[in-house]
Amino acid sequence: MLTFECPCCGAHADETELHAGGEAHIKRFGPGASDDDFEGYLFTRENPKGVHFERWRHVNGCGKWFHAARCTMTMEVFGTYPAQTFQPPKDLLDKITEKRPGWSWRDLS
Amino acid sequence: MSQLHGIVTVAHTSTYAFECITPETDEPDSSPMKRYSAFAIAREAFSGHKNWDRAWRKAQPKKRYDVVIVGAGGHGLATAYYLGKNFGITNVAVIEKGWLGGGNTGRNTTIIRSNYLQDPSAAIYEKARSLYETMSQDLNYNVMFSPRGVMMLAQTEHEVRGYLRTAHANALQGVETRFITPREVKEIVPIINLAGPRYPVLGALWQERAGSARHDAVAWGYARACSAMGIDIIQQCAVTGVLQEAGRVTGVQTTKGDISCEKLGIVVAGHSGDLANMAGFRLPLESVPLQALVSEPIKPIMNCVVMANTVHGYMSQSDKGEMVIGGGTDGYNGFTQRGSFHHVEETVRALIETFPMLSRLKMLRQWGGIVDVTGDRSPILSKTPLEGCFINSGWGTGGFKAIPGSGWGFAELMAKGHSPLTEEFSMSRFREGKFIDESVAAGVAH
Ligand SMILES: Cc1cc2nc3c(=O)[nH]c(=O)nc-3n(C[C@H](O)[C@H](O)[C@H](O)COP(=O)(O)OP(=O)(O)OC[C@H]3O[C@@H](n4cnc5c(N)ncnc54)[C@H](O)[C@@H]3O)c2cc1C
Ligand SMILES: [Zn+2]
Repeated sequence: MLTFECPCCGAHADETELHAGGEAHIKRFGPGASDDDFEGYLFTRENPKGVHFERWRHVNGCGKWFHAARCTMTMEVFGTYPAQTFQPPKDLLDKITEKRPGWSWRDLS
Repeated sequence: MSQLHGIVTVAHTSTYAFECITPETDEPDSSPMKRYSAFAIAREAFSGHKNWDRAWRKAQPKKRYDVVIVGAGGHGLATAYYLGKNFGITNVAVIEKGWLGGGNTGRNTTIIRSNYLQDPSAAIYEKARSLYETMSQDLNYNVMFSPRGVMMLAQTEHEVRGYLRTAHANALQGVETRFITPREVKEIVPIINLAGPRYPVLGALWQERAGSARHDAVAWGYARACSAMGIDIIQQCAVTGVLQEAGRVTGVQTTKGDISCEKLGIVVAGHSGDLANMAGFRLPLESVPLQALVSEPIKPIMNCVVMANTVHGYMSQSDKGEMVIGGGTDGYNGFTQRGSFHHVEETVRALIETFPMLSRLKMLRQWGGIVDVTGDRSPILSKTPLEGCFINSGWGTGGFKAIPGSGWGFAELMAKGHSPLTEEFSMSRFREGKFIDESVAAGVAH
């Protein structure tokens, strides 16, 4: 069973209570951006075997968006953190390093 | 929950069982391939069927090939086959990390149809469907192509309009389909409940020459034909790196050593992101689990394939009598080849409304595969930023039906640098805004 702790209301929510929102921390490129950046923003996605950062929404609960770090190979959830940030918190990154030495995701590692 | 765990365990055993029956030999085989025929069955009966030749050679990698294909699924094997058959390129290796056909090719629900909306899709899927018609003869291998008809139910007014549009598009594309009334639906599928309650059947898009085939046989048939042409199929060998020099591919690193090549074809479905990473480019797709399940076997009750896209479920009956059922993908990236538990329940719940008899059936086993899904739900058959390296991916939830057409077009692209079948499926179409949008057209894939 895939469960997450919602950082907004504190509930331990099963995935059926949640809506998956795809890759996290995507930087928006709009008018004036290069074709590469615009294509990257709209279409190109991280598709890692292992550590992944995602957005989830507690739809059948408090209704709020939040972030999660999860392993796509084992479904282990490393932790969740609030939506209002550009970057995962340091203690979460440390925890992932402890569990998955040598991991990397975009420019994080 | 414990019940679901039971199902999962059974699914895994069945997956492994399939490894043991892969016919293979260590002996280098120089004798020409013997044809399969009724006469051959009689001949082999004299020695108690103990002397059948192996279907393909076990190959050890050579140092160098003209073409290396990564992935011995249907698409990789078909590519190798048409490289040899249509272009005389037989110095080819197909490299497979597991056993051939053990990926999505051996895990899908085998629906074959070509009633797509957009012209480039209709062209490649209809090419594939027409090749399926003669595949058993062409490969001298019975792939059990069964054009039993595929019916896509219209259960909302929007779907009715959508399918009428598709039927018109198909007429212009030369793909034989028609929109049928609820009465015709009931005649073809007596077990259906037309009345709803939530989603009454308002009609259906009917493709009579669509249907199914035996998935393993498609992989095995191509493998045997490839091997007979001298193409090496190297199993239990994972590609771990892509070698390049000055922007050009020079070979691959594998668990059986480095292998150099002139051209490289990446055909690894859910693992495309991984391989693209090794080759140094990114792709517009994500990998998600897709599941299927089968019921206990019962007497024949439905002799076509029915898809109910609004409620997200589809069903056919296998030759063994099991009801073969599938639904939608998980909503998030994953590589577990298992899928989320609630999807099984959701799919069956959706289908029970239209097929009430399902509620009395026990489900026998469940399994999953990792499908690579693009933004417009259409595949990518393309050159890549790395010179000499080509990619065939993004078939997502519906690429079994495309295997021969995809192999045909991709082999042409690799041999000649361009192919009318694959032209529109280039990976640059996203940047250019030239989507081949089948997500709206189909609602659900397969
Ligand atoms: C449950 C389910 C139901 C489906 N139902 C249908 C359907 O009804 N109709 C339909 O048309 N399609 C269906 N599909 C989709 C269809 O199965 C796929 O689109 C198709 O089989 C893809 O074939 P392929 O050859 O590209 O990939 P695969 O068969 O997955 O082959 C890719 C191969 O690459 C190998 N590989 C990966 N990484 C490496 C590496 N590093 N080195 C070496 N080898 C590697 C893998 O082991 C694998 O064998 C379904 C899929 C699933 C999962
Ligand atoms: Zn919440």
